[in-house]
Amino acid sequence: MTNTKPPISDQTNLLDKVWDTHAVCELPSGQTQLFVGLHLIHEVTSPQAFSMLREMKLPVRFPERTIATVDHIIPTLSQLRPFADDLAEKMMSAIEKNCSQHGIRLLDPASGQQGIVHVIGPELGLTQPGMTIACGDSHTSTHGAFGAVAFGIGTSQVRDVLATQCLALAKPRVRRIDITGKLAPGVYAKDVTLVIIRQLGVKGGVGYAYEYGGPLIDAMSIEERLTVCNMSIEGGARCGYVNPDETTFEYLRDREFAPHGAAFDTATRWWKSLASAPDTAYDDRIEIDGNAIAPSVSWGINPEQNIGVDERLPHPADAPAEKRASLEEAFSYMSLKPGEPIEGTPINVAFIGSCTNGRISDLREAARVARTGHVAPGVKALVVPGSQAVAREAEAEGLDEVFRSAGFEWRLAGCSMCLAMNPDKLVDREICASSSNRNFKGRQGSPTGRTLLMSPAMVAAAAIAGHVVDVRGRL
Amino acid sequence: MTAIDRVEGRACVLRGSDIDTDRIIPARFLRAITFDGLGEHAFEDDRIQAKGDHPFDDERFAGANILIVGENFGCGSSREHAPQALMRWGFRAFIGKSFAEIFAGNCTALGLPHVTLDPDDLAALMDSVTLDPEQQVVVDLEARTVTSRAGVVEAIIQDGTRRQLLEGSWNATHVLLDAGDTIEATAARIPYLADFPS
Repeated sequence: MTNTKPPISDQTNLLDKVWDTHAVCELPSGQTQLFVGLHLIHEVTSPQAFSMLREMKLPVRFPERTIATVDHIIPTLSQLRPFADDLAEKMMSAIEKNCSQHGIRLLDPASGQQGIVHVIGPELGLTQPGMTIACGDSHTSTHGAFGAVAFGIGTSQVRDVLATQCLALAKPRVRRIDITGKLAPGVYAKDVTLVIIRQLGVKGGVGYAYEYGGPLIDAMSIEERLTVCNMSIEGGARCGYVNPDETTFEYLRDREFAPHGAAFDTATRWWKSLASAPDTAYDDRIEIDGNAIAPSVSWGINPEQNIGVDERLPHPADAPAEKRASLEEAFSYMSLKPGEPIEGTPINVAFIGSCTNGRISDLREAARVARTGHVAPGVKALVVPGSQAVAREAEAEGLDEVFRSAGFEWRLAGCSMCLAMNPDKLVDREICASSSNRNFKGRQGSPTGRTLLMSPAMVAAAAIAGHVVDVRGRL
Repeated sequence: MTAIDRVEGRACVLRGSDIDTDRIIPARFLRAITFDGLGEHAFEDDRIQAKGDHPFDDERFAGANILIVGENFGCGSSREHAPQALMRWGFRAFIGKSFAEIFAGNCTALGLPHVTLDPDDLAALMDSVTLDPEQQVVVDLEARTVTSRAGVVEAIIQDGTRRQLLEGSWNATHVLLDAGDTIEATAARIPYLADFPS
C-alpha cells in the first residue's frame, strides 16, 4: 500500500472507516460527497437515469464501476426473446442499449451469470468488504453482509452515480445489534431478521446503519448474513452490515471478481483492518437472545406485524395507542381475527425465492422439507432460484428433482413473485406463504392478495400441509 | 435550477402510518422506461378498494398541491416512481409526522419539500384542513413554518435539505460535478481500486 492514505483510528467503527476512505469532500449542504466503489443497476430503475444523463449531455464517468443485470421483470417460465410481455421486452431492450452505448457490463441470461442483483453481486465476488455500494433498489442493504456500506437509492441518484460515481449522503448513526446464543433446529436467519423488526419496528432504524454482531451472527455463514442484512431496510435502516471475518474472506477466495493471488492477501489485510474495534462506541446498542427465537410468520401488512408460529395474533386493544389503527387495518385487509393462532392459516400459494431467501442454502433447507411430502391439493408452489448460478448448483445436487417430484414448480432465475412485475402473481384474495421480504398490501401482484412472510423451510412446510405449520415438527 | 423557498396552496389529508411506496404506486406501473403517465395511477389499488372514499377521489381536495400525511410515509421500495407519481398528480410539497429515508431523499432530488411537524401541530393541521379544505396552506422554508387556519407552526426540515431547496441545488449531479478531478484523486487512494484491483 502507498502511504498517501489518511490514517485510520482503530477506535472507530467500520462505517466510519469506510466513510472516511470514500469521502471526496464535504458539501455545502453538510452532506458528504461519497465515492461509490460498486454501482449495480437493473432494468426498472435505470432507464430514466440514462435518459436524464442524455438530456444533461453527460457521459458515464466510471463505466467499469457499474455492473448491470435483469431481474425484476424477467419471466421465469421462458426467457426466450422477445418476451411475451411487450413492456418487459421494451425494458430489456433499453438496458441492453444503455449498457452497450456506455460500455457497461451487462450480465444477461446469455452470460450465464444473470440473477437477482443482490444474489449475483455476492456470488461473483463483486461485493467485497470496505466497499461503498449503491443500487436503485432498497434491498441493496444485503451487500452489508461482507462489511460493505451499501445503500438503496432512487433513480435521480442512479443518475448522480452514473455521472459522477458519487452520492451526496448524510452519514448515518450506528446501532449495534448483538445477537447472543444460537439458533434452534428449524430456526433460520429469516427468523432472526423478523424478530429484530418485530422488536425495533419498521421505522426504528430511520437515521441508523445497523451493525449486526454477537456470537450468533459470528457463527452465521455469509448467506445467512445476507438474509439478515437484506431486511435492514424493512426495519427502516438504510443499510446494515456485519464486520468482515474469516467466514467472509473464505467465501471470497477464488470468486471471479474478487482479488486473486498476492492481491487477495493484500486485500485480506485491509479488510481485517476495517472491522469495528471491540471497544468502539456506538450511537445505540441492543441485545437480542437468539436462543429465544422461534420460527416466525408475518400476519399483517408490514413486516413488523409478525409473531412466532406458536403464538396467537395480537389484540389491538393491548397495543400502544399509536399502533392500533395500523393493527386494525391489517386485520381487516388480511381477514384474520385477533387472538387466533397463526398456525393452521390456510394458504393458496407458496413462493420460495427472492433476494432475501433465493440462495443455495435456502433451497437446500426447503428441499429437506420437500422430501417429507407432497404439495397439498389446491396449492400452487413455486421455487425460483435467485440466480442462474444458484439454479445450476441446485440442479447439480438434484434439488430441482426433489422439488418437482414433491409438486413444486422449478422456475428460472429472477425476482418473480416477491414483487410480481413479471407474470408470477397472486390472484384475487389468495394467501401466499412467501420467503420474500414484504407483506405490503398488493405486493405480490393482486391488489387484494395476502402475504405471510417466513423462512424457506417454513414455506415448504406450509406448501405440503396446505396451511401454516411449525417446521420444527417436520424436520 | 429553480430555488424553492415556499409552496402555497390547498392541501389534501391522507391519514395512516407506514404507507409504503408499493401502495403509492403499485409495481405493475413500473413496467416502463419513463415516468410519464404515473400520476393518474397514484394510490390506484387503495382507491379502487376504497370505492371512491379515498382522499385522492374526494372532490373537496381536488387540485390540492400539498399532501399531509402521517408517520413513516413512503417506506419500503426505493422506487422514485412514488414521488414522481405524486408530483405528477399535482403535489409540490409534503407535510407529515415522519418520512422514510429513501423516499425523503428522492423528494429532495425532485425539488419537493418535505417537512415534519410536532404530532400535536400535525393533528391540528389535519383536522383544520379536513374541516376547511378551501383554505390556503403555506410551507415556508425560509421561515421554517407551516401556516394554515390552525395557526403558524414550526416546520422541521434538515438544514442540508433546506439549503439545497433554497439555493436551487437539489439536483445533486451538478453539485457533485463541482468536485472535478478530486473524484479521480479519491478513487486513486481507495485500496480496492488502487492496490489490489480485481
